[in-house]
Amino acid sequence: MSNVTLKELSVQLAAGACSSVELSRDFINKINSLNKDLGCFITVDAERTLAQAKAADAQRAAGHAGPLTGVPLAHKDIFCAEGWLTTCGSRMLANFVAPYDAHVVERCNAAGMVTLGKTNMDEFAMGSSNETSYYGPVRNPWNRDLVPGGSSGGSAAAVAARLAPAATGTDTGGSIRQPAALTGICGLKPTYGLVSRYGMIAFASSLDQAGPMARSAEDLGLLLNVMAGHDPRDSTSLERPAEDYNRDLEKPLQGLRIGLPQEFFAAGLAPDVQRAVEAAVAEYKKLGATVVDISLPNMELSVPVYYVLAPAEASSNLSRFDGVRYGHRAAEYTDLMDMYKRSRAEGFGAEVKRRILIGTYVLSQGYYDAYYIHAQKLRRLIAGDFAAAFKQCDVIMGPTSPTTAFKLGEKSADPVQMYLSDIYTIAVNLAGLPGMSIPCGFDGGGLPVGLQIIGNYFDEARMLNVAHRYQMVTEWHQRVPPGIG
Amino acid sequence: MALTLDDVQRAAHLARIAVDDAEAGAALAQLTRVFGLIEQMRAVEVSGISPMSHAQDLVLRLRPDAVTEGDQRDHFQAIAPEVEAGLYLVPKVIE
Repeated sequence: MSNVTLKELSVQLAAGACSSVELSRDFINKINSLNKDLGCFITVDAERTLAQAKAADAQRAAGHAGPLTGVPLAHKDIFCAEGWLTTCGSRMLANFVAPYDAHVVERCNAAGMVTLGKTNMDEFAMGSSNETSYYGPVRNPWNRDLVPGGSSGGSAAAVAARLAPAATGTDTGGSIRQPAALTGICGLKPTYGLVSRYGMIAFASSLDQAGPMARSAEDLGLLLNVMAGHDPRDSTSLERPAEDYNRDLEKPLQGLRIGLPQEFFAAGLAPDVQRAVEAAVAEYKKLGATVVDISLPNMELSVPVYYVLAPAEASSNLSRFDGVRYGHRAAEYTDLMDMYKRSRAEGFGAEVKRRILIGTYVLSQGYYDAYYIHAQKLRRLIAGDFAAAFKQCDVIMGPTSPTTAFKLGEKSADPVQMYLSDIYTIAVNLAGLPGMSIPCGFDGGGLPVGLQIIGNYFDEARMLNVAHRYQMVTEWHQRVPPGIG
Repeated sequence: MALTLDDVQRAAHLARIAVDDAEAGAALAQLTRVFGLIEQMRAVEVSGISPMSHAQDLVLRLRPDAVTEGDQRDHFQAIAPEVEAGLYLVPKVIE
């Protein structure tokens, strides 16, 4: 039962083939048997989950079921969910039981979806391997010596290991797409502003965006239909009419113009990844697409620009954690200043402190123009590259990540090596564009490779169409990690 | 421009994070690597380009100045480290 898509679960629940309680219990049992090895979940609360499932079944019995009523999903532990421990992967929030629901959680609940638990993540979403979590690493279901990517590593691994049919994630520099690629699942980061950030613990507010993670493009669309929508509580939430993101799924791809940026196929790309991505592009040509060579000349600046802007915003956002109103407070201190300093020194891990220090430095007097404003100017150049490219093509394709999954500990000693893992994803966040990753093959070691599809602003329906047509003629997205059934 | 131990300690103080000398030294080594990466960006000429602070050109919305939420003090203070009589307690600031 757990090896089926959201779409299939929706059909089975509607047909009365199973109840939400049975389904949820099935997933909880699987979580209980595998979570010790994989570390996907920080919090599971069977009682709370089954109560929600029971309510969903009652709603269905009363004739008020929507397409996803009773379907279970997992939430990244960055989303506040009332009554649930919400840690954001940090010791700072080890005792934080959220007093309210994030907009995303509220919408999933309103759709009748059932929360299976809160998934592990890099601390405050800062990381690309899920190794910075205070609650221990997540292991990649394809090979447990490897990382699942990050920061939404728990969500990705849970979906890959069939511990949840879908999950929510967030993506500031690649945190949905890179783990999706490394675990062989699908993930979509929508256009900035499509999904409300209310109740989503802030990292870099001008870049953070929530999105769905699932096993097929069709499932991503189903979940995005629930997650997206205007919310006046987030000042950057866009006011747009509601749309069905799956409305164009079946459209033929005849005449689709695919842009291939030369910068995505340069030095640093693993040969096996390049081969798989090129094979996917060849498949698209068979489906009627044409290929256009394009250039994103300022791409290589995206990593340094990001590591000024994101830490700057983070240093400001994370100043709220002061040990006064909630979260960790040091046991011993001499005065108020000492209480702040010790609480934050104890509550934050090494990577989070590093980024706060970078951000504080680049925003400090005398350095603000040279770093922060300079980076914001380059951000405009990077966004301009995409605007020029989309005059020549409908979607842009390339690898999601330069390599397949790497070993636990392999990059944790050198932050710069870790940061470069997001070299193909970061520019998309800087521009605010939608981007997604879908499985497109395997490397020589049997590890999944992700194909990145980047669309123009608000072009999610087209991207899902492009991904779905590929998934109709390939079966990479249906592969299951060894030993997972 | 090389980062110094003083820079690290100054940033840590501004960020209200306690660091001892050993931690500051370790942080300096790591931050020097990161700023090596960041320096690549500083070499690019940017005159005449306006800074981009946001993905969308948004106009901030206004809302009516109306009460929309009831009193939730007890609910929110239930997770506070230390409260008394509805107040958050911190060490004495004024002698």
